[in-house]
Amino acid sequence: MRNIFNFVDRPSPIHELTGATKLICLVLWSLAAMTSYDTRFLIVLPLLSFALFRLSKIRISDVSFMLGFTAVFMVLNNVLVFAISPDHGAGIYGSEHILLGRGRYALTAEQLFYHANLILKYLSTIPIVLLFVCTTNPSEFAASLNRIGVKYTIAYSVALALRYIPDIQREYHEISQAQQARGIEMSRKESLVKRLKAASAILIPLILSSMDRIETISNAMELRGFGENKKRTWYMGRKFTKADIGAIIFCAVLAAAAFVLNYINGGRFYNPFV
Amino acid sequence: MENPIISFEKFSFKYNAQAKPTLYDIDLSIRPGEKILIAGPSGCGKSTLAHCINGLVPHSFAGEISGKLSIDGKDSAKLSIFDVSQVVGTVLQDSDGQFIGLTVAEDIAFALENACVGEPELHELVLKAAQSVNVAGHLSHAPTELSGGQKQRVSMAGVMVDDVKVLLFDEPLANLDPATGKQAIELIDLIQKRTGAAVIIIEHRLEDVLHRHVDRIVLMQNGRIIADEAPDSLLSSQRLKETGLREPLYLTALRYAGVEIREDMQPWSMESIKLSGEDVEKVRSWYKAGEKTGEKCEKEALLKIEGLSFAYLKGHQALSDISLEINKGEVIAIVGNNGAGKSTLSKLICGFEKPQKGRLLFEGKDLSALSIKERADHIGYVMQNPNQMISKVMIRDEVALGLRTRGVGEEEIQSRVDETLKICGLWPFRSWPVSALSYGQKKRVTIASILALRPEMIILDEPTAGQDYRHYTEIMEFLSLLNKQGVTIVMITHDMHLMLEYARRALVINDGRLIADSSCADVLTNPELIRKASLKESSLYPLALRCGIEDAALFVQRFIDYERKVEGK
Repeated sequence: MRNIFNFVDRPSPIHELTGATKLICLVLWSLAAMTSYDTRFLIVLPLLSFALFRLSKIRISDVSFMLGFTAVFMVLNNVLVFAISPDHGAGIYGSEHILLGRGRYALTAEQLFYHANLILKYLSTIPIVLLFVCTTNPSEFAASLNRIGVKYTIAYSVALALRYIPDIQREYHEISQAQQARGIEMSRKESLVKRLKAASAILIPLILSSMDRIETISNAMELRGFGENKKRTWYMGRKFTKADIGAIIFCAVLAAAAFVLNYINGGRFYNPFV
Repeated sequence: MENPIISFEKFSFKYNAQAKPTLYDIDLSIRPGEKILIAGPSGCGKSTLAHCINGLVPHSFAGEISGKLSIDGKDSAKLSIFDVSQVVGTVLQDSDGQFIGLTVAEDIAFALENACVGEPELHELVLKAAQSVNVAGHLSHAPTELSGGQKQRVSMAGVMVDDVKVLLFDEPLANLDPATGKQAIELIDLIQKRTGAAVIIIEHRLEDVLHRHVDRIVLMQNGRIIADEAPDSLLSSQRLKETGLREPLYLTALRYAGVEIREDMQPWSMESIKLSGEDVEKVRSWYKAGEKTGEKCEKEALLKIEGLSFAYLKGHQALSDISLEINKGEVIAIVGNNGAGKSTLSKLICGFEKPQKGRLLFEGKDLSALSIKERADHIGYVMQNPNQMISKVMIRDEVALGLRTRGVGEEEIQSRVDETLKICGLWPFRSWPVSALSYGQKKRVTIASILALRPEMIILDEPTAGQDYRHYTEIMEFLSLLNKQGVTIVMITHDMHLMLEYARRALVINDGRLIADSSCADVLTNPELIRKASLKESSLYPLALRCGIEDAALFVQRFIDYERKVEGK
C-alpha cells in the first residue's frame, strides 16, 4: 500500500537539507511561481527545478503516478480555460492576432501565449512539490517543524498520522468486505440514500475500532513520557547547516525577483505583443 | 530481606464510572529481581492491578483509591505517570497498537526523546537496546514490515532503554502464534536474568507462561487476591479449576489417571515433574482402559477446493495449489504461523478476493459466479474483533441487518431474529443496545447476525481470542451446539487447546501451502509439522513419552475423548 508521503530514501544533497528548510523553500518557490506571469522568469523556474530533480536522484518512475495525475489535470485545466474564455489572452495582452478559424473560438496568438504561460506555471511548481514529498523523511520533517517553533505535540501528530494511515486503510478494507458479505452494497447501482446508509455501516465500526486504537496509542505514549517535558529531542533530528541557509537565501532571491519583475513590467504579465 | 520495589497495603480502587470497586484489599509486595505471574479470569481485576502499577490508574483512568501503594519506596499518590515510567516499563498487550514510531529505531528511541536525551547517547542507547532483543538488523524498518513477535521485541527494547527496575507485561501472548509465544517467554526470562529487573507477567494462559520458571503466581478473583504462592504449591491444589482457569494439560491428564499431584513432585513444568513408577503405571493403565471411539460419520463434501492459487502482488504467492474438502457437519481448525495464508484462504472462500487459479465447489456448484453477498447466504464469516462488524445501536437491528438488505419480509425477519436470538442465548438482551454488552456477548451478537442468514457453514477468525477459559468454554460450547444442529464450522486459530478439544480435523498451512490435513492429535504430536507451522506441541506428548507410551497421538486422542465424557462435552 502506498503512503501519501512517498518518501524515497536515496541519499542526495537535497535529502541532506532539513525538512524545515525544504518547507520554507517550497513556500518561497511557490510564491515566486504564483506571483509572476513573466514568461522569461517562468522559463527559468522549470529549468532550475529539472536541474534540482537531477541532483536529488529521484527517478521519473518514482513519481510517475503523480506526474500522470497532474498531466491529466493540466490538460483539463487548459481545455476548460479555452472552452470558457477563448479570448482571455486577448483581454490580458490588449491585442488580437488571429492564427486560425473565426468567430468566438478563433485561436489567437495571445491565447496561445497565455496557455504556454499556464503550462509553464505547472512545470515550475509541480516538480518542486514532488521533490519536497520524495526527499523529506516524515519523522525528520516533524523534528524540524519543532525546531522552527511548532509545538512538539503538534509536530508529532504529523508523524503519528502517517504511521497509522496504512493501518486504518487496511482496517477499512477488511470491514467493508465483511459488511458486503452481509449485503451492504456501495456500488453505483444503489440510490444515494442507500449508499450513504452503506457508508455508515462501514464507518461506524471503523470509528469505534479507531477509538480503541487511539486509547491504546495515547496510553502507550503517556507510559513512555510523552508530553511530560516542555521539550524533547528527536532521533531523526538534523542540525541546520550552511547548505540549508544557502538554499533558503536562494529561494528568497527567487521570490524577490518575481516581485521586482512585477514592478518593472507594471503588472504580472510580460507582454511580447507591444 | 530487600525492601519491596512495589508494595500494596490494604489497597482498593473504584473506577469513577463504576458503582463497585474493581480491587479490594490488595496486599502484595514484589521484591527487586522477582518474577511474578498474575493470573485470573477476565474481569478479575488483573488489568486494573497492572494499571495501578504503571500509573495509568489514576492518571488516565480516574477513580477512588484507598490504602497505600508504594513504588520504589515512594508513595504512588505523589508520583506522576512519568515518574512511575522511570521505574516501571510496560509492554502492552497490543503489540501493533503501541508501536508509535515510523520505524523500529524511532519507536525504541521514543522514551529517550521524551526524556530529552541528546546526541550521541540517543543513537548509542537505541542500538544497544535493539541488540539486546535481536532487532538491530531492522532499525530502519516500518511496523508493517515486521512480524508480531518482532513488534513485541521492539516494544520490549523501547521500555528497556530507560533502565527500569520493573518490567510489566500485559498479556504478552495474546497476539502471537504458539511458537512465537514460546520464544517471547524465553526472551522475557533471558532479559530478567541479564538485567536483574523484577518481571510481572499478567496472563491467563498459565501453561504457556510456565514454559520458564516463575517465582510466584498471584491468583485473582472478583477483585481480590486469593492465592500468592509458589507455582508448585498452587498447581498441586484445586484452586485454578475453582477460579475458572485452566491448569496445564499434563496435570489434568495425570489427575484423570488417578495420580495425586503433590507439591514435592515439582509439578510446575513437564520437565521438572517427578513421577514415581506407580504414577507411570497408573497413566499407562488409564491409557489402555480407553475404548476405541471409532467415529463414523458419512462424508458428504460441502465445500470442495481444487488447485486454488492466489497472489496479492505478482510473484508473491500467498496461496499455492490448495486442494481440500470440507464435509457437511464437520468442525475444522485452520492453523499455521502468522502470514501463512490462513486468512487469505478464508477470504477466497467468502469471495472477498478472486483466485488466480483453481475453483471452489459448494455442494457441487461452482462458486465463482456468485457475488460476495450471494456467497454469504451459504458461507458466513465472523471477524476476530466484534467491534469491526457491529454497526447498529440495537441488538435486534444488528441481527436483522443481513435480512433487511436481502429484502426479506418484515414478519419473516422478526421471526428469524427471535429464533436466532434464542439459539444464541441473547433472548434476555433482545431489547438492549449493543454497547451495554460485554466483549464475549458482542461476539455472540456478531455470530447471531451471521446465523440469521442461515448459512450452511461459518468461518470464524480466532473465535476465542482474548477470552479466559470460562468465556472460551461458553463460546465454544455454543459453537458445538450449532454444529450439532448441522452447521459446518471452520475456525482459524492459534490456540492449540481449542483445536485439540473442539476440532476433529486440522488443516495446517505454511507458506501458502497445505502441508497437513489430518486429525488434531496427529498434528500436535508431529515435531516436524509443529516446527514448520510455528505450532506448539501439546504437553501431553512428552507425558506420553515419559510413560513409555509409543502412540502419542492415540494418547492425546484418549485424553480428548475422556475429557469430553467427564465434562459432558
